[in-house]
Amino acid sequence: MSQFRQCPDTGLFFHKPAESLMKANAVAGAVCLLIGGILGLLVILTRWPAVHLLPADAFYMVLTAHGITCLIFWIIFFEMAILYFAGSTLLRSRLATPRWAWAGFVLMIVGVISTLTAIFQGGSSVMMTSYVPMPAAPHFYLGLILFAVGALIGCFVFLGTLVVAKNEKTYEGSIPLVTFGALTACIIAIFTIASGAEILIPTFLWSVGYISHIDAAMYRVIWWALGHSSQQINVSAHVAVWYLIAGVLFGARPMSEKVSRAAYLLYILFLQLASAHHLLTDPGISSDWKIFNTSYAMYLAVLASMIHGLTVPGAIEVAQRNKGLTNGMFEWLRKAPWGNPVFSGMFISLIGFGFLGGISGVVMGTEQISIIIHNTIYVPGHFHATVVVGTTLAWMALTYLLIPVLFRRKMILPGLAKWQPYLFGGGMSIVAIFHMAAGTLGVARRHWDMGFAGNPLGFEYPGTAYLLMGIAGVGGVIAVIGGAAYLLITVGSLLFGEKLDASAGILQSFGVPLADSVYSTEKPERLPMAPAEAVEGHGDSGFEAPGTFVLAMVLLVSFVVYYFINWKYLSEVWPLS
Amino acid sequence: MTSFMPPAQRIWWKVPVGRQEIVWILIALVWCLIMFFMMPYWHVYGKQNISNEAYQTTPAKYQAKVQAMIDKYKVREETAQKIPVVAPPAGSDVYLLARLWQWYPMLELEKDKSYRLHISSMDWNHGFSLQPVNINMQIVPGYEMVVTVTPDKSGEYTIVCNEYCGIMHHTMLGKIWVK
Amino acid sequence: MADETSTQDAPEEKVPVMQQIIDNPFLLLFLGIALPTVFYTLWGVMEVATIPVAP
Repeated sequence: MSQFRQCPDTGLFFHKPAESLMKANAVAGAVCLLIGGILGLLVILTRWPAVHLLPADAFYMVLTAHGITCLIFWIIFFEMAILYFAGSTLLRSRLATPRWAWAGFVLMIVGVISTLTAIFQGGSSVMMTSYVPMPAAPHFYLGLILFAVGALIGCFVFLGTLVVAKNEKTYEGSIPLVTFGALTACIIAIFTIASGAEILIPTFLWSVGYISHIDAAMYRVIWWALGHSSQQINVSAHVAVWYLIAGVLFGARPMSEKVSRAAYLLYILFLQLASAHHLLTDPGISSDWKIFNTSYAMYLAVLASMIHGLTVPGAIEVAQRNKGLTNGMFEWLRKAPWGNPVFSGMFISLIGFGFLGGISGVVMGTEQISIIIHNTIYVPGHFHATVVVGTTLAWMALTYLLIPVLFRRKMILPGLAKWQPYLFGGGMSIVAIFHMAAGTLGVARRHWDMGFAGNPLGFEYPGTAYLLMGIAGVGGVIAVIGGAAYLLITVGSLLFGEKLDASAGILQSFGVPLADSVYSTEKPERLPMAPAEAVEGHGDSGFEAPGTFVLAMVLLVSFVVYYFINWKYLSEVWPLS
Repeated sequence: MTSFMPPAQRIWWKVPVGRQEIVWILIALVWCLIMFFMMPYWHVYGKQNISNEAYQTTPAKYQAKVQAMIDKYKVREETAQKIPVVAPPAGSDVYLLARLWQWYPMLELEKDKSYRLHISSMDWNHGFSLQPVNINMQIVPGYEMVVTVTPDKSGEYTIVCNEYCGIMHHTMLGKIWVK
Repeated sequence: MADETSTQDAPEEKVPVMQQIIDNPFLLLFLGIALPTVFYTLWGVMEVATIPVAP
């Protein structure tokens, strides 16, 4: 019999098996973040020229492990928790086939162990991309395949939950926007994982000797349908988290359901094409293919991101103005709860993703501009802005929201928590900005020694490049301190935080549900549609969120200026044709 | 009334959209179209485009071409490893190969002259990263790419490998002199 | 007369096609896989497969 508990603070309903799965996945994610964060520290301390910590072989091993643990394991575990939350909790539905979900979870864990074992045995320092024909151990690929299959099961459990919720009529009308955003992430995840299977299964067979040859160019095309799309899952999911946090903290409603959902539809249709970003300087692929795919079919997915960039803060602004914060353009923002890590984390994530990650991503994904950026350290700079400042910080903000609600514990160290998003977001923004700057000077990514020790030819990057890499190193250390603070606060709260529920013991924090008495076998009341506003629609009265519009225009101007600066840089290199 | 509840209207598609969003969507759309058309525009009017000319090849076949060019146009040797330096005539086909952990051979080119530069890898993926001009290309084993280059400034240029290719990756350098 | 009442009655109003599409997760799943598979993967694989052999 389905069992539900209602969170007395938020009114959210948790289905018992879904609740355990969310906890287990979130905790597994946090463990991966811990591992990945330590590895990240070792990477940044090696790339900081004055420190240059690790020897070459250890550096490449650690870099491989850092990339896979952070970009894949940490983020996808957390995404599984988000899917179960958006499917079961937000729809007040029982989770479909919890046993399958657990099987998926176990597969993911086994996959993590297998791949990390392979890497730390030393024979699989092939980077996250594992381009053939550079070989890795068979259990490196096998672990990734198992992890992907586990995640795929999670996606189907989410889809199954949508079906259950619809059939059992647990909600009225259409699914909530946040759930729709999770659905978008789930769809992109399924494409991602299917692409991963297409390429990693043959590669695994190659590594054990059943297949003699895998074409290196073909591998790159299909691998990037996995490698880049996996980061597009994050985009869809963290935008959903932004909407969720705006809704929880401010009671913000989407400015327009139609606009926000249509923007998500553009993600579903076009976002995945951007896997082409990585192939713009590859041999033999036509410019037609490159231009069409790299631009997400005429930048329609960029359009979607620009729409979310307006509607998320816009929704907050409208809600704040309705509460009376109507002075000037920005009183709504000035008087936002900047001391609440849920808000500050979410807002830094939004700004960092838009200004740093979004703009740089589109610029470097321009067919010709890729020539001056491909494989330089600009690339890691860019994706630390999207995936770390953007996604990871959004996950952190969400955790602060969920510790009391899901785990029924009060957060410890509120003073530190207040500062954590600034430390982490600030430090990581420094990493992103200064890596991008060093990249424009040509510094290579995935490179142990920018001084080229041991080569008789001799070449030195300009002194500025060393300075920039050093500053990035400082930023990285700050970010790691911010990340450590996050883990300290969250894990500490699970272990030692004040219990908000009599039954919330230690085990309850790590995947075991709360005591039976908290749950009721009664079905939750049907989730009603949001109450209608007095005046529906926006009438014709002009701009309801003028401050947000100003911010959006600032983004656009920065975007335009930076875009053409890069064309200018490009026009100065040797003519090529 | 929030983002995590079902929309307030059963038929939300027909709720009118506010003017602010419409204006922003139009502005953003125009910008997206400008960015899109910049790429074909640059193919026609810009000078920096990577051609898509490429061929499937094999290490042995490609190495033979490289050797033939070296035999014809070698001018001297550099470093203790005696890496040949080649000065091919303007307009000719120039063959550069990437292998663990070397760019081979070294090239001497003339300023403002065009060359058909062929590049391929003998083993794994490599990254052609010409410094300090900062031109970067992916070099994939089994494929020979052809790019017409026109060095427009004289000086000494270094080819860095910027695709990870194993433990000595950081020592993989090559040279191009432009006179 | 029957017409009048049915068009006036909001709850029974016909759901617009676009909303029907957006409300249908499995149609979206199909589109979200079919489009990138055709435009990115298949087209991309064709591009690589048709690279001529070196003379």
